[in-house]
Amino acid sequence: MESKVAYQNELNLKATELRLGLPGTDIESEEQALSCARNNKRPLPDNTKECGLKGSSDDAQHSDHEAAPPAKAQIVGWPPIRSYRKNNLQPKKTEAEASGIYVKVSMDGAPYLRKIDLRVYKGYPELLKALENMFKFTIGEYSEREGYKGSEFAPTYEDKDGDWMLVGDVPWDMFMSSCKRLRIMKGSEARGLGCGV
Amino acid sequence: MMNYFPDEVLEHVFDFVTSHRDRNAVSLVCKLWYRVERFSRQRVFIGNCYAISPERLIARFPGVKALTLKGKPHFADFNLVPQDWGGYVQPWIEALARSRIGLEELRLKRMVVSDESLDVLSRSFTNFKSLVLVSCEGFTTDGLAAIAANCRFLRELDLQENEIEEKKNHWLGCFPDSCTSLVSLNFACLKEINLAALERLVARNPNLKSLKLNRAVPIEALQRILMRAPQLVDLGTGSFVLDRDSDDSETYRKLKATIQKCRSIRNLSGFLEVAPRCLPAVYPICLNLTYLNLSYAAGIHGSELIKLIRFCGKLQRLWILDCIGDKGLEVVASTCKDLQELRVFPSDPFGAGHAAVTETGLVAISSGCPKLNSLLYFCQQMTNAALIAVAKNCTNFIRFRLCILDPAKPDPVTMQPLDEGFGAIVQSSKRIRRLSLSGLLTDRVFLYIGMYAEQLEMLSIAFAGDSDKGMLYVLNGCKKLRKLEIRDSPFGDMALLRDVGKYETMRSLWMSSCDVTLGGCKTLAKKMPRLNVEIINENDQMEFAHEDSQKVEKMYLYRTLVGPRKDAPEFVWTLV
Repeated sequence: MESKVAYQNELNLKATELRLGLPGTDIESEEQALSCARNNKRPLPDNTKECGLKGSSDDAQHSDHEAAPPAKAQIVGWPPIRSYRKNNLQPKKTEAEASGIYVKVSMDGAPYLRKIDLRVYKGYPELLKALENMFKFTIGEYSEREGYKGSEFAPTYEDKDGDWMLVGDVPWDMFMSSCKRLRIMKGSEARGLGCGV
Repeated sequence: MMNYFPDEVLEHVFDFVTSHRDRNAVSLVCKLWYRVERFSRQRVFIGNCYAISPERLIARFPGVKALTLKGKPHFADFNLVPQDWGGYVQPWIEALARSRIGLEELRLKRMVVSDESLDVLSRSFTNFKSLVLVSCEGFTTDGLAAIAANCRFLRELDLQENEIEEKKNHWLGCFPDSCTSLVSLNFACLKEINLAALERLVARNPNLKSLKLNRAVPIEALQRILMRAPQLVDLGTGSFVLDRDSDDSETYRKLKATIQKCRSIRNLSGFLEVAPRCLPAVYPICLNLTYLNLSYAAGIHGSELIKLIRFCGKLQRLWILDCIGDKGLEVVASTCKDLQELRVFPSDPFGAGHAAVTETGLVAISSGCPKLNSLLYFCQQMTNAALIAVAKNCTNFIRFRLCILDPAKPDPVTMQPLDEGFGAIVQSSKRIRRLSLSGLLTDRVFLYIGMYAEQLEMLSIAFAGDSDKGMLYVLNGCKKLRKLEIRDSPFGDMALLRDVGKYETMRSLWMSSCDVTLGGCKTLAKKMPRLNVEIINENDQMEFAHEDSQKVEKMYLYRTLVGPRKDAPEFVWTLV
């Protein structure tokens, strides 16, 4: 506890200290927080708890002292999986898997089509976000009963049987293997697919 | 009454006492029983190779035929123990070779095995039948060649998850033509193999029941091998891809026809690589499977996994990757009503929070598979409500290992620690023997464990607890505790030193990144001469080395009858 108080006092001093460097940068505390988060080695015995990964109240107070915390700091020996298993987990891709699933995407009213690789996306949310960015529009909210509500666009796809289906109804894996092309329908046509405007 | 029987009768009675624990108990009854038991003992299990010496083993059990030895501490699996820590099998093999012991079976786990050890082993015991190496290292295919060439009556060579350096030799070809006694062969952890030698070997070993291939065996070769060995009970397919030049549909047809003839297969594993369109060929054998291990089959997508599982109605043990998803686990729950053991491994251990399985999948399993008694579950998150539901549905857990990938993560719904959830598990599964905790946990969970987990033998703790009280609850309450391993938890000298006698009732204690100090460890070592208290000190900071107040990075202590080991490397101190 004493060290925490000392740390805060130190910061106060720094605030009044004259030094070269841009205002608002506090390199020392950034580095320390980063090095704590980066690996599990305790830098000095007293700082352990403060840099620890426990979800206690301490963390809330220190979150603003950390610089951008790494998304998933790799801790030695975590998760607890045998090294043999970790090393052998990367699948050697067979030819079919290595290639992407490229499908054409058309948008009603757009002058030309685009192509995307479905393998790049982990699921519907990511795919829809990508489409929104690509064509600069907003897709409504999906519900099983009513399709996409809240926008005049509806994402659809042509499946293996040649039918036009609403994106989102079937499991992602099934969608990936049955989707031949995508079409973002607009306006009155879209309404027919349950898109209430 | 038993004293009126001649020794031979006692021995005959003891023949029916087979488990290690029961035989250990028998040997404690009286001097007579101790003597009869020790001469008739054939199978010996040594959980810590440093707890006893080979000389004493040989002196007490001159008739030993089957020996199991374990070396490094469990956390060595996760890279927490530095290279060259120890666990060498060489002194054991040398001592056994010098004696007149007729060793027939050797099973090693987490030990360092050299080619020389394997060579000596292969030449010293004429009736040697079975070698099983699990998570070992230090040897090459030269050592395997010696085993193949010299063990004339070899029945079993089982290599599980070892680090083996592969030389250019064709070790498999070293099995002589006269070798026809093989029952079990597992080389899945190797990268290469001589296919021609393999096919010939399988052809001349008609008693082969268990065969686990590696990734160098393509489907065409697998099909030919299965033609020769339709009697297999246990099959590891290695890879499951077609050779580039082959005719796909013809190969597939042949494979399907051959597999249909393998009516005895009950255990299936492998699929290290997969050509998905070939997978349906195995559907017919799925119907009879009791054990399915797809935990290395990263090439099978969730939907294909599910299709396969739907055929496996008799499954008792399932090892799988989390790409099966919660929905897939629901399918397992509705299909595999006899399921007893489930292991779900992460397909992307360092992934950025892509939730593959959650508490939903686990609850579904518990609801559909009430016979579940062994669980290893890596998941993105867990809730108390889910664990409580699981505890209600399944009351027979013997092993319960939960790993929430994000350390110290609370219940995401209530933001509470998972104390109540784990508490429910230990309270309802009265026979629980092994437990691994994760998620946000306070001292309270240890209170529950100490109170309810009366049969607990092994406990793994990471990033948990608030104070010494946590560790004390466990040490006081769990009377049958044998192995305790703790990392990154705030337990210190007070807990360590409260009941020093406890550690002689246990195999070992591991504590890393906790609050125990050098001084505390020294005190313990001084009080308990029959413990080896080892400090692993990887830093070169010799100036801190003698500060008693310094926290110890890694401590491993274990009971032993033979004092400090003489093969400890520089970075391991044994305190005395």
